[in-house]
Amino acid sequence: MPQIEVRGLAKTFRVAERLPGLAGAFRGLFHRRMRDVHALGGIDFDIERGELVGYIGPNGAGKSTTIKILAGILNPTAGTSRVDGLTPWRDRRRHVARIGVVFGQRTQLWWDLPVIESFDLLRDIYRIPAEAYRDNRDRLIALMDLEPLLDVPVRQLSLGQRMRSDLAAALLHGPSLLFLDEPTIGLDAVSKLAIRDFVRELNRDRQVTVLLTTHDMDDIEALCQRVMVIGNGRILVDGSVAALRRRVRNERVLVVDYDSAGEAGRVDAEGEGVRLVERDASRVRIAFDPDRIPAATLIGALLAQGTPHDLFIEHPPIEQTVAELYAEHDMRER
Amino acid sequence: MKPDIRPLVAVVSARYRTLLQYRAAAFAGFATQLFWGAIRLMILAAFFAAATEPQPMNLTQVVAYVWLGQALLGMLPWNVDADFRAQVRDGTVAYDLLRPLDLYSYWFGRTLAFRVAAPTLRGIPMVLFSMALLPLVGLGDWALTPPASVVAFAGFVAALVVAAMLATAVTLLAHISLLWTISGIGMDRILTVLVTIFSGLVVPLPLFPDWLQPFLNWQPFRGLADVPYRIYSGNIPPSEIAGELLFTLVWVIVLVLLGRLILLRGVRRMVVQGG
Repeated sequence: MPQIEVRGLAKTFRVAERLPGLAGAFRGLFHRRMRDVHALGGIDFDIERGELVGYIGPNGAGKSTTIKILAGILNPTAGTSRVDGLTPWRDRRRHVARIGVVFGQRTQLWWDLPVIESFDLLRDIYRIPAEAYRDNRDRLIALMDLEPLLDVPVRQLSLGQRMRSDLAAALLHGPSLLFLDEPTIGLDAVSKLAIRDFVRELNRDRQVTVLLTTHDMDDIEALCQRVMVIGNGRILVDGSVAALRRRVRNERVLVVDYDSAGEAGRVDAEGEGVRLVERDASRVRIAFDPDRIPAATLIGALLAQGTPHDLFIEHPPIEQTVAELYAEHDMRER
Repeated sequence: MKPDIRPLVAVVSARYRTLLQYRAAAFAGFATQLFWGAIRLMILAAFFAAATEPQPMNLTQVVAYVWLGQALLGMLPWNVDADFRAQVRDGTVAYDLLRPLDLYSYWFGRTLAFRVAAPTLRGIPMVLFSMALLPLVGLGDWALTPPASVVAFAGFVAALVVAAMLATAVTLLAHISLLWTISGIGMDRILTVLVTIFSGLVVPLPLFPDWLQPFLNWQPFRGLADVPYRIYSGNIPPSEIAGELLFTLVWVIVLVLLGRLILLRGVRRMVVQGG
């Protein structure tokens, strides 16, 4: 049985429409026009125990709404969901005791308290047995390198330090399921890597199921075996990262460096499944479809024309893939 | 689920430590309250000097009433917690639902700490000042006298505990109302007026006109200040202490139930509209 089961989950918000200008504001006092915003239009998916799933989509697509519903703090308008046999929004207290949630935009630590005191407080809130708490805490402190931060009030932490502390805090009670809502937002490269390593190990060594939303495609490529793309409240793609790429455009880019612009200028790179992307001084970028022309064949043809100084193959960044997918579905930020 | 107050104790103590970090605010508060205490004393003394009829309280009792009021001012539910208001404003208050706790109890703990932390910082110096220092500088007539008796003191402590719960229940009602009103500024104004007048902080309640007494005796706010302070000075005799405590406790229960009822609707709103 899947750990998370979602069927026909829909969420509609009613928002008051404000008319522009002073007269509009005045009219709004007496007569409010309500407008329905469909954040989720009936989505289905299953997540098995131990999966690490990326959940991506443009702002306003319904990512956070999904996470909030699955975390039990928002009621859906329609649909069902079972997480470990519980309905999150009906069995809230029992459900939240078993999950960990991190919102990158907002800390759940106590702003004015030192990190370690927040941890102790969580021990009491989650009623974690003393021994389990000690083990978990010490392991997380070591893994996330939190030792030097323990006595610092949360408000004085940098974003990266705070995020590491937040992640540790969400795992003190040993949840088997972790929701991460944009955990790397605004972090520098080093902090991002630390977070990714940690999440990967957590998933691999402890079999913690992770549902991760992000705008950073490197997160997805580094971590996720499976990715779900949501747009306009519907799941557009659900599969492996490679399948996501294939679905949009199966194209790679061969970058070739020559010793001189003259040599680069003479390269002829047109043909079946091959397209010249750009010629920039002594560098040539050639897009090709590996299903139609093997990379070796293409490279062989180029070597016949001259001797490159260096060459390498790029995957198109997944951002581009996703952007194309959004374009295909006519999605823009709402 | 077995009742377990450990999480609540933890929440209270965490909030408490948070608030205790702001020591400068405590010193400023002490100075302000000293100043207002002196003014209130002067006004009431003038009133007593001009009174031609015997009053329901004597001046010593009034002096105790004023100093205790100044010491414990922060405990009165006259405002909302700015942190809480900020959380409601940015919607993060909904994240409190992520904790495996009964929301009302959780917030009661937070609010109790908010209400009680400030008076411990400001109250003790105020009592020391008004009880020990004033006689030393020759102002013994204006000093806080010790409690009327051991029983009065015990009754006072018990009444303070009940008063803290009452203050918390009232503040929490205001906090819950923020789920609808958001800004909470109006709530602060209304609370300040209601609480300072009807708890006895502006004028001790027994000094109000006789025709108002029946109303004043039944409203909940007197349990916040009037009851404990008069127990302390013996103005409420020991034989009536138990009845007074029970009276306040009943109000606490009523307000807690009311708060729970309203919160239930508030949570429905939160989980429907997403904070």
